[in-house]
Amino acid sequence: MKDIERYQNPYHDEKVHEACAIFGAMAKSGKTFSAEFAIRAMSNMRERGTGLGAGFAVYGLYPEMKDLYAAHVMYLDKAAIESTEEFLSSRFQLVYKEEMPTRKVKAFREPPTFKRYFLGLRDGQIEDESEEDYIVRQVMTINNELAGSYVFSLGRDMGVFKGLGYPEDIAEFFCLENYRGYIWTAHSRFPTNTPGWWGGAHPFSLLDLSVVHNGELSSYGINRRYLEQSGYNFSLKTDTEVVAYAFDLLVRRHHLPPEVAAMALAPPFWDEIDRREAEERSLLLALRQTYSSLLLNGPFAIIIARHGEMIGLTDRTRLRPLIVGRKGDMVFLSSEESAIRLVEPGLEEVFSPCGGEPVISRLGTREAVGGAINC
Amino acid sequence: MTEFKINASGLGYHSLNNLIKEYSARGPGNIKIENVFGQRYIGAGLESKVRIEISGTPGNDLGAFMSGPDITVYGNAQDGCGNTMDGGRIVIHGSAGDTVALAARGGQLFVRDGVGYRAGIHMKGDTTKSPALVIGGSAQDFLGEYLAGGVIVVLGLSHDGQRRHHGRFIGTGMHGGVIYISGGLEEHQIAGDAVASKAGEADLVTLEPLLTDFAGVFGYDKEELLSNHYLKLLPRYLRPYARLYAPGGHETAPDR
Repeated sequence: MKDIERYQNPYHDEKVHEACAIFGAMAKSGKTFSAEFAIRAMSNMRERGTGLGAGFAVYGLYPEMKDLYAAHVMYLDKAAIESTEEFLSSRFQLVYKEEMPTRKVKAFREPPTFKRYFLGLRDGQIEDESEEDYIVRQVMTINNELAGSYVFSLGRDMGVFKGLGYPEDIAEFFCLENYRGYIWTAHSRFPTNTPGWWGGAHPFSLLDLSVVHNGELSSYGINRRYLEQSGYNFSLKTDTEVVAYAFDLLVRRHHLPPEVAAMALAPPFWDEIDRREAEERSLLLALRQTYSSLLLNGPFAIIIARHGEMIGLTDRTRLRPLIVGRKGDMVFLSSEESAIRLVEPGLEEVFSPCGGEPVISRLGTREAVGGAINC
Repeated sequence: MTEFKINASGLGYHSLNNLIKEYSARGPGNIKIENVFGQRYIGAGLESKVRIEISGTPGNDLGAFMSGPDITVYGNAQDGCGNTMDGGRIVIHGSAGDTVALAARGGQLFVRDGVGYRAGIHMKGDTTKSPALVIGGSAQDFLGEYLAGGVIVVLGLSHDGQRRHHGRFIGTGMHGGVIYISGGLEEHQIAGDAVASKAGEADLVTLEPLLTDFAGVFGYDKEELLSNHYLKLLPRYLRPYARLYAPGGHETAPDR
């Protein structure tokens, strides 16, 4: 689209950017598909971004290495490579490492260095904590203490590719045409309150969880302070980071089902809670009391993915758009309906879920996704 | 009438709108646009009374600021459709996204199916000009938010056979205009800024011409639409936020 605009727009007013764009596609059968859906859909929503950040998360990415943790690490400084690799070797069994395949892209004059590691755990390496907590701790250490190194993702059979550009640039740079996955989520950024930089691009990831977000979280400060008490350290200078850590805390560590986690992040209004049946009312009250500091305030539409699941959620008054499309076992989430229709013309169902109502697609399930247009 | 055809496939929104401007400058015509996938601002600012037929999914701000065209969409419209429209008509054979007809000050907008959040937000009208938004299905939350003028009609026709609406915060901050809704509503769905009553004979002056057009466009029986019961929402106050920052009384809306 970029080149078309260049010669079709004699007024050079193509900077009609206005919002972020988010997109997700999932095959509930688990069958993998190429990057094409995500790249075409994102290109079609070009006006929503600014070239100041874009990225993709892919699941089912490394089937031949799926028992190992795959780490995508960005180095802003080549000097950081040695210390980080030393750290990784001391905390993991470093099975395989390589330079991430990238190609020269005109938009990036001096891109950072990207390396990919496949990591195992040595017997007896972990004491007194879960494997996941151990991994999270190492990620936090690298991001906060090893200058110039940032973990974009460290999970099994998944990975995040992101950077400072338009989605098409990022896709070209990371040679995304060579990868397949059964979930792809994507983002194009219009930075509002925080700088556009390589690490500030979405998706944000922790373990196998990833988040893309359109909007801004005015509750960032209170959310962050609460999460810091649970050991999360913030290093990426962007509000969306809280969503990834909040979901990790609620779902992985506190064992809430995603449906219930959504009720904590975007709870119904008090008068709405008053009208619910007694059992649901007491659940909602308990959630609001327990997790009042995790309530996400401000406009947002987010797509959260993890293995086996893709979740769409908007704020309670839906101040940012989210459209759901479905055909057979394929589910699409998007900021705009046109982007879904472009990649899948034969949709069987299209709707926009109500504010605060999660739309959850699960691997291997046949039932239609939740939500309804007229709620 | 001259007929123009545009294949919008792969065309950026700027080029598409330049073509539309060029064709509409040639006098009365019918512009058919196919393969539309999200191109924005279609028909924006146009004053000529051209007819535009769109197949596909037009992008945000369809018909923004326009005052002349008669636009028909075979498909769904996205967000901001009819943004600040001044005149003309938009007919959607499908649904519309969020903030349809926002700040409209004239013209008509007919949607066959449902609409998203904040439909008709801050529509306005005066004695010379008044916008109308007719929704065949149902509306999500904040219908007619900050409504300042014009008419919104919700028919509830395609809503799961139950004809019960789920939208909340209807008429929040409304201080002008009128909303008619047919189909089940509970009291808590209506904002405190609106006063509900049953529509009567006197309201037919407003409803009949709109429903006649709507029935004609989408093939409904006009009499059937007119025989429905309508709830009528009027603003409780002309200045609902008069006391927000300074003490003093509300200005109560006059009887209508």
